[in-house]
Amino acid sequence: MRAPALWQHGRPSQVCLLSVTALCTGCAGMQSALHPAGPQATHISHLWWLMFWVCTGVFVLVIGFLLYAVFYPRQQNQPVTTPETERRTARVVVAAVVITGLVLFALLVADFRTNRALAALSTSQPLKIKVTGHQWWWEVQYEASIPSQIVTTANELHLPTGQPVLLELTSQDVIHSFWVPNLHGKKDLIPGYVTTLWLQADQPGVFRGQCAEFCGHQHAYMAFLVIAEPPDVFSAWLEAQRSPAVAPGDALQQRGQEVFLSAACVLCHTIRGTPAGAKAAPDLTHLASRQTLAAGTLYNTPGHLAGWIVDAQQLKPGNKMPPNSLTGSNLQALLAYLTNLK
Amino acid sequence: MADDTHVMDASELHEHQLLEQTWQQPRGFFRWFTHVHHQSIGKRFIITAFIFFFLGGVLALLMRLQLARPQQALLGPDLYNQIFTVHGSTMMFLFAVPVVQGMGIYLVPLMLGTRDFAFPRLNAFSYWIYVLGGIVLYAFFLCNTGPDAGWFTYVPLAGPEYSPGKRIDVWQNLINFTELSALGASVGLIVTIFKLRAPGMSLNRLPLFVWSILVMSFMVVFAMPAVITASLFATLDRMFGMHFFNPAEGGDALLWQHLFWFFGHPEVYIIFMPGLGMVSAIVQTFSHRAVFGYTPMVLSLIATGFMAFGLWVHHMFATGLPQLGLSFFTAASMMIAIPSGVQIFCWIATLWRGRPRLHTPLLFVLGFVCIFVLGGLTGVMLASVALDLQVHDTFFVVAHLHYVLIGGAVFPLFGAVYYWFPKITGRLLSERAGTWNFWLMFIGFNLTFFPMHQLGLQGMPRRIYTYVPETGWGSLNLLATVGGIILALGVLVFVGNILWSRRHGQVAGSNPWDADTLEWGTSSPPPSYNFLHVPVVQGREALWVHTAEAPVVTGLRSDRREVLVTRILDAEPDHRTELPGPSIWPLALALAVTVAFVGAIFTPWAVPVSAVLCLIALIGWAWPYQKKTDQEQRIAGQQL
Repeated sequence: MRAPALWQHGRPSQVCLLSVTALCTGCAGMQSALHPAGPQATHISHLWWLMFWVCTGVFVLVIGFLLYAVFYPRQQNQPVTTPETERRTARVVVAAVVITGLVLFALLVADFRTNRALAALSTSQPLKIKVTGHQWWWEVQYEASIPSQIVTTANELHLPTGQPVLLELTSQDVIHSFWVPNLHGKKDLIPGYVTTLWLQADQPGVFRGQCAEFCGHQHAYMAFLVIAEPPDVFSAWLEAQRSPAVAPGDALQQRGQEVFLSAACVLCHTIRGTPAGAKAAPDLTHLASRQTLAAGTLYNTPGHLAGWIVDAQQLKPGNKMPPNSLTGSNLQALLAYLTNLK
Repeated sequence: MADDTHVMDASELHEHQLLEQTWQQPRGFFRWFTHVHHQSIGKRFIITAFIFFFLGGVLALLMRLQLARPQQALLGPDLYNQIFTVHGSTMMFLFAVPVVQGMGIYLVPLMLGTRDFAFPRLNAFSYWIYVLGGIVLYAFFLCNTGPDAGWFTYVPLAGPEYSPGKRIDVWQNLINFTELSALGASVGLIVTIFKLRAPGMSLNRLPLFVWSILVMSFMVVFAMPAVITASLFATLDRMFGMHFFNPAEGGDALLWQHLFWFFGHPEVYIIFMPGLGMVSAIVQTFSHRAVFGYTPMVLSLIATGFMAFGLWVHHMFATGLPQLGLSFFTAASMMIAIPSGVQIFCWIATLWRGRPRLHTPLLFVLGFVCIFVLGGLTGVMLASVALDLQVHDTFFVVAHLHYVLIGGAVFPLFGAVYYWFPKITGRLLSERAGTWNFWLMFIGFNLTFFPMHQLGLQGMPRRIYTYVPETGWGSLNLLATVGGIILALGVLVFVGNILWSRRHGQVAGSNPWDADTLEWGTSSPPPSYNFLHVPVVQGREALWVHTAEAPVVTGLRSDRREVLVTRILDAEPDHRTELPGPSIWPLALALAVTVAFVGAIFTPWAVPVSAVLCLIALIGWAWPYQKKTDQEQRIAGQQL
C-alpha cells in the first residue's frame, strides 16, 4: 500500500492557504541543504560551495597530473630518470605537499569562521521549544511560564519568521537526530542528555525534516514539518493550540468521543479537555489542525486517518500503533470526532 | 634462487626432496583441517573473504533494488534493517580486514625470504575462528535472527530494552570472533616482519607493502581491544542487566560511541593501509623503478597509523559535544590528508619518472587514485564540523565511505589479485577480461556512488528502507541501482576470469612482471618450503640489485621446519628456530571457543563449559610430542 506524503512548497504568500490537496511538483528544495532558508543553513551552504570549488580544483589538478605522468610521450632511447630529474621531482612533490597543507589550513579557518557565525545566532529571550524524540514520532512542546500555557503537539513545528528559536532536544527512548536541512544541520536527541540547536527561518515557508540517526523499524518514516509563519500568524496559531480540545458538536461526534475514550486509543493518547491523558503517543488535542499524520508520512485526510486507525501496521510496519477493529459506525463516529479537533 | 631456466643439480634435488617432505601439507580430507603453513592459511583467508564479499555484495544489490524506486515493497523494514547491518558487518569484519590480512599472511613470508610465518598454529586458529564467526552470523541471519541495529550497533537501540531477542547478541559475538581472529593474525604478522626477515633485509629495505602490513597490524593491536571492551560492556548490559549504557541508572549512551569509534575510525585505516602497500608494489613494478620517496612513504604510513587514533570524534559531531573539543578533531581529521597526499604525490612522481606499462594491475591503481582522491576530498569536507552537521548520516556519507573503502581497499585489492595471481597459481589472469573487469567496475562504481553525494545534500538520510516519492530522490536512486548492477557485472567478469585462468591462463614463470620483491625470486606457485636457498638481500629492490654472486643462507636443517631468526633493525642472523607443523588442535580450540561465543547468546553457562573445552584443546596444542631422533631422521631421509 502506498503511503502518500504531504509535500508542498509553501511560498510566502501561500502559507496560510496551505491546502493538503495541492500536490507539489518540483518541491525537491523542501528538504535540501542546498536551498537554505535561514541564516544557519546559509552559513553552511556558503562553506559547502567554498569547499566544493576548492576540492573540485584539487581533484582536477591531481587527476590531470596523474594522466600526464602516465601518458606523456617518452623518448625511447633516453633514460627517464637522472639525478637531476629526481631533484626536480622532489621539489615538485615538496611544493605539492606544502600547497596541500596551506589549502587544508585555509579550509580549517573557513570551518572555524563558519562555526563562529553559527554560534552568533542567539538572544537572551528566545522562543524555547522542547523537542523530544520517540520511536517514531516527534513530541513538540512550546514552553511557557504558566503551566497551563504550555502547548504540546507532535510532528509539526511552527516557527515565527525572523526570530531566533532555541530548540532543546532530548529523547525518551533511543537516539534520534533532528534535521531540517533548509534551516540548519542536525543535532542528536540522546536519552540522558539535553542538546540545543539555534534556528531561524528568514521567510515563511514549509520545510520537511527527518530523523537522521538510525532508530529502528520506522526510522525511514520519522519525518515532520517545519512551518515558518509571520510572527502574528504564529502567535494566533500558538494561542489556538493553548485551548483545550473543542467539545463534540453533534451526536455523532459525541459518540466518537465515547468510542475514543472506551477503545484502546485512550491508553496512549492525550486529548486535553477529556479524561484521555496518556503520554505514550502524540497529543491529539488539535489533531485536525495538523497537516500530516503518522510523523510526516500521510496527508491528514479522513481517509488516511481511517486507514491509519484501523491498520497502522500496514502503512508503517513495526510502528507502535496497534491495529484497531472498530465497527463501521464506530469508526465513522470516531473520524467525525477527530476531524473536528481543530 | 630458483628461476625458470635453472636446472637443479643432484645435491639441490636431494635438498628439494627433503624440504618437500618436511614442509608439504598433509593430503586427504581430514588432514586438510590440520594445515598450518602460511601459504594454505593465507589462501584460505583470501578465498573465504572473497566469498563473504560476494555475499555482502548480494545484500547490497538487494538494498539497491529496494531503493531504486520510492515506496518499493520488495523488502520491509525488518528485513531491510537486518540486510544493511549484515552487509556492513560482512564487509568490515568478514571481508575487508580478513582479506588484507590474508594477503599479508600469504605474501609477507615470501617477500621476507623465509619459509613460514611466526606462530603458524596461532595463525591457523585465527583462520578457523574467523570462518566459524562468519558461518555463525549467516546461520543466524538465514533464520531471521540477523543483527538489525547497524554495523555500529548504537545503544540504547541495541540495548536490552529496545532490542529484545537474540539479534544483537549475534552481532556482539560476531565481534568477538572476528576481533580475536584479527588480533591473532596481527601478532603473527608483526613477529614475522620483525624477526623472520632474510639476512640483509634491514628495516630500511623492507618493501612498502610489508611496511603497510606492519602498520596495519599494530593498528589492529591497539584498536581492537576498544571494541572488544565495548562489546563486553554491552553483553553485560544485555545478559546480566548491568547499566554501562543505561542513562536511567547513571550509565551513558555516548560511552558506546566513544569506545566504538575509537576502534571504528582506525578500522577504516586498517582496511585501506594494506591497499596503499599494494599500490606501492604495483606502481613500482609497472613503472619499473623504485617508488619515489621511500622514506617519506614509510613515514606517511606510520603517521597515518598514529593520527587515525585521534579522529574518532568526527563521527560524533552532531552529539552536542563542546565546540572547542570538536575543533581539535576537525584539525586532526584535516591533517591526516597530508600523509595521504604525500603518498599520492609520490606515486604520481614515480609514474612520471618511469615508463609505465598499462597492464590490468596498473589500471586498477589508476582507478584507485581517481576514486580515492575524490573520497579523500569529501573526507576533508566531513572533517568540517559545520558542513558535517548537514551531511552527517546522509547518503553523502554513504558515498564518501564507499569512495574511500572501495577506492582505497577494493580497487587496490583487485589490482593486487591481478598482480599476484600468477605467483599464487602459476598462471596469468586474462588481460582482456581484466580490462573489461576494470572498466565495468570503474563505471559501475561511479554511477552507483557519485549520485549519492547529491542525494545526501538533498536531504536523504542513511539507513532508510524507503522514501516518499515527493522527495524527488527517485531518479538518482534509480541511477545508483543501475550503476550497482554494472558494478556487479564487473565482479562477475572477475570471478569468471579467475575460474578460467587458473586452468587455461598463460603460464607465468617465476617473475612475469619483472618485479623486484623476493616472492618473485621463487617459482610460481612457490614450493611448499618457499625458498630452496634462503636468500641474502643486497638492496632495497632485492631482485633488481641481485647478482649471480649473491650469497645464500646455509645451515638451516632441511629435515625440520627450521627458519632463520634475524635481528629487528638490520636483520643480522641471530639464531635458528623450529616452527610447529600440521595440527588439528587450532581447529579444536576454535571450536571450543565457538561453544562460548555461540552458547553465551543463550546462556552464560556456556562460558565455563567452553573454558574446560579450551583447556583440553590447549593441552593438546602444547603437548610435548617426542621428536624423532637424528638417527631416525637420517633413516627417513635415506628412504627417499
